Amino acid sequence: MLFPFSPPPAVPPRVVVTGAGIVTALGIGWKPNAEGFRAGRPAFRPVSHFDVSRQRVKVAAEVDLPDALPPTCLSGRQVARLDRAGAMLLQAACGAWQQAQWQAADHVSLVLGTTAGGMSLGEAYYRQSARTPRRQQQQATRAVHYQAQVQGRMVLDALGINGPITVISNACASGSNAIGHAWDLIRRGQAECVLAGGYDALSELVFSGFDALQALSPTVCRPFDARRDGLALGEGAAAVTLETLERARRRGGTILGEVIGYGTSIDHHHLTQPHPQGDAALSAMRLACEVACVTPADIDYINAHGTGTLLNDSAEALAIQRWAGDRAPTLPVSSTKASIGHLLGAAGAVEAVVCLMALREQWLPAQAAFEHPDPACNFPIVHKPQDARVNTALSNSFGFGGVNATLILRRWT
Amino acid sequence: MSRVFVAGVGAVSPAGWNVAALRGALDQGEPLPTEPIARPGQGSTRRQSGLTFPCLPTEPIAHPVQEKPFQARPVPDPATRPAFLAHPRLRRTSPITHYAAAAALESVAGLRANQPGRRLNSPSPNPLPEERAGSPRAEVRSLGLVVCLQSGCVNYSCRFFDEMLKDPATASPLLFPETVFAAPASHLATLLEDVSLAYTLVGDPASFLQGVALGAQWLAEKRVDACLIVGSEETNWIIADALWHLDRPAVIASGGGALCLCSDPEMSVGVELMAITDPQTYSVRNSRWQAAQAMRGQLGKSSPGELLCDGLGASPRTDAAELAAWRDWTGPRVSPKRILGEGLMAAAAWQCVAACDAVASRRFTAANVSLVGSNQQAIGARFARADSSDSSFSVDGSSGNIQP
Repeated sequence: MLFPFSPPPAVPPRVVVTGAGIVTALGIGWKPNAEGFRAGRPAFRPVSHFDVSRQRVKVAAEVDLPDALPPTCLSGRQVARLDRAGAMLLQAACGAWQQAQWQAADHVSLVLGTTAGGMSLGEAYYRQSARTPRRQQQQATRAVHYQAQVQGRMVLDALGINGPITVISNACASGSNAIGHAWDLIRRGQAECVLAGGYDALSELVFSGFDALQALSPTVCRPFDARRDGLALGEGAAAVTLETLERARRRGGTILGEVIGYGTSIDHHHLTQPHPQGDAALSAMRLACEVACVTPADIDYINAHGTGTLLNDSAEALAIQRWAGDRAPTLPVSSTKASIGHLLGAAGAVEAVVCLMALREQWLPAQAAFEHPDPACNFPIVHKPQDARVNTALSNSFGFGGVNATLILRRWT
Repeated sequence: MSRVFVAGVGAVSPAGWNVAALRGALDQGEPLPTEPIARPGQGSTRRQSGLTFPCLPTEPIAHPVQEKPFQARPVPDPATRPAFLAHPRLRRTSPITHYAAAAALESVAGLRANQPGRRLNSPSPNPLPEERAGSPRAEVRSLGLVVCLQSGCVNYSCRFFDEMLKDPATASPLLFPETVFAAPASHLATLLEDVSLAYTLVGDPASFLQGVALGAQWLAEKRVDACLIVGSEETNWIIADALWHLDRPAVIASGGGALCLCSDPEMSVGVELMAITDPQTYSVRNSRWQAAQAMRGQLGKSSPGELLCDGLGASPRTDAAELAAWRDWTGPRVSPKRILGEGLMAAAAWQCVAACDAVASRRFTAANVSLVGSNQQAIGARFARADSSDSSFSVDGSSGNIQP
C-alpha cells in the first residue's frame, strides 16, 4: 500500500549506484562520455532536426542516435512508436540496466524527470490537426505516446518488468529530483531498488522558447565567464540503478558510487529568474549537506548548474560562496553544460552520472569555453583536463519555476 | 503509524468556483450543459475565466474543416474577479493556474484564518467568501505543494507554438515560460508564500493519489506542517481533438481540485486518510482490467454507510475495467465525470474532493475513491471520519488489505 506507510527502517539504508546509462551529444554510454567530459570537449553543431533559419541562434548539442535500439522485450510496433526522447530514454535505461545486471523478475520502481516528454509528437499532432484536420493518420498514437508516463511504460515493457512509475516535472531540476526522490524511496524502506533518471529531446517549441527569451547564447556557452551571454541547448538522457548497499552486496553487483545527500528547495523570486543572492540554491545545498553529514570542506568537486546566463551564474556563484565560505577559493567547480548544452529535464541526471565518472576515475570534468574569469566568482573553474582525488562531489540543478535540487555523491572504494 | 488528516478541500469545476457548487451539481445528478469548442480555421475565440484566448491560427488552413463534434464543459466565469488575480505573478497566467489557485486557496482557508503572524497569501481587498472562511487552527509555518497534471498548460503551449509556426522570430517571450509543466506550482508557491517544498507530478489521472501519498510522506517525515495536493487542467481545441481520438463519447472539462493534508487532528475537517493502494501499473503483463481488479482487491470490502466516488464517464469501452472491478459494490456511488465531464487530472481531484466532502459533512462514514487511469495505472483510496477511523477499520499491513 502507498498508505499507510510501513514503518521506516530504524537506520536509513545506504544507497548505491550499480548501473549508469548516459546519452549525450558526446556519445552513448560511459566511455565516450567520460572521455569527452574529462577533456572538456564541446559537442555543438548546427541544428538539423528542425528549421532554425528564423531563429537568433542556430546551434545545439544534438545526439547521434544509432539506427537500432538495444535488444529489448519491445515489439517492432512498439519501437516504431518511440519518438526521439523515448528512444534516448530507452538507450539510457538499457545501459544502466545492463551494467547493473538486474533481472526482469525484480520489482523495480521507475522515477523519471522530464520537462517535455514526447514534445515532438505533440508538435506533429498540432501541425496535422491544425493544417489538415480531416487527416487522422497516427494522431491517436501521438496523443498517447507524447505523454511522459507512456514513455515510462515503454521502459518497463522494454526491460520486461513492472512497477510504479513516477514522473517529476520540476523543469530543469527534474532529473536531480528524480534521483533524489528515488533515493528517498529507498531510504524510507518503500523500495529496495529504483531505476531513476531524466530525459529530454530537442524540440522546436522549447528551442524557440529559449530563443524568444533571448536566453540562448549567440556566441558560445561560457558558464561563469565574465563575457558569458547565454545558455546553449542540448538533448540527452541518463538513468541510474539505485539500490540498497545490502542488496548490491547480496547479489554481487559492482558499485559505481554512493548517493549520500539530496536537498530540494523552492525559489519564490520569479518564474524564470533566480533570487539574486541565490537563497534557494543555498538552501538546497545546505539541506543536502545536512542529510549527507558533510561540510563544504568534505566536497572535492561541484558540478554547477552553470547555464551560462548572467543571472543564473551570478546567483549560483553567490550561493556557492555563501555556502562554502573559506573553502570556496580552493573548491573546484565546472559546468558540463559548456560541452553538451542544457539538457533541461535530463540535466540533473546526466550531471549526476558525470559526477560518478569523476568519482570513479579520479578526474575533474573540464569546462569547455572558459577564458575570462568573472571576478564575482571566487572559486576555481576547472577548464583543463585534470586528474584529482575526488571522494565527494556535489551536483546542483535549478529549475524554471524555482525548484532547486542538490545531490551529493561519494566515491566507492 | 503516522496519521494523516484532511484540513480542507477546494474545487473549481464546470459547476462553479467552490466545493459548494461541485456538491450541488453532484447532488443534482444531471450532466451539466456543454458548449461547442472552437478549432483552427474557424477564426473564433472563446472565453475562459474572464480571459480571451485567441489561440487559433487566423491564416487559412489547407483543407476545409470537417467538424468533429467537439463539446466541452468549461468553467463558468466567476461572479466576481478572484482577488488573487491581482497578485503580480498571476497577471499573465493561464486558466490552469487560476483554477489551481482558487482550489488551493479554498482548501487552505481554514488553516490560515486568524493565525497570528500568518503570511499565507496576504488577504486581498476583495476576498472570495471561501477565502474569508475558516476557524482558528494551529500555526502552519511550512507548506508542501504537489501539483498534478496530465495535459498541463495547453493554452499557452498552443499559442506559443502557433506563433512560432508563423514566425519564430516574433514569437512572444511572455508566453513560453507559461508553457512549462512547473509553472502553476511556481505561481502557487509564490501566492501562498509559505511553500517550502514543491513538486509537479505528471501522469494519468490516477497519479493524483500518488501526489496525495507524497504529501502524506512529507507530513510523516515532518518536512512540512501541511501539504496541498492540487490537480488542475485547462481545455482547448487540441485536447478536445485528442480526446475525440481516444474516448469519443467523452466531453472534455476544465477546472481544478485541491486537498490540504495535515497531521494534526485539531486542524482536520473531520476526515482522515485511511488508505491508498499500491499503484497498479499497466503493462504488457498487467492489463488495465487486471490493474483495476488488483486495486479493488487492495481496498477490500466495504462497510454500510460508505460512498464510492468512481471515475466512470461516458464511454462503455473506457469504463468497462472499472465497472467490472466494482461490480459487487451495492452501496451509494457518485460518478463526478458523468456530471462534470472528463477533467483529466482535475477530475481525479474532484473525485477526492467529493469523497472528503461527503465524509466531512457526515453524510457518510467513509468514502472510497477509484481511479482507473487512462494509460498508466489504477490506484484507489479510502477516506473516513476522523472520529470513527480507529474503530471502523483495521489495516493488515502484511497483505495490504483493509478489512471491515
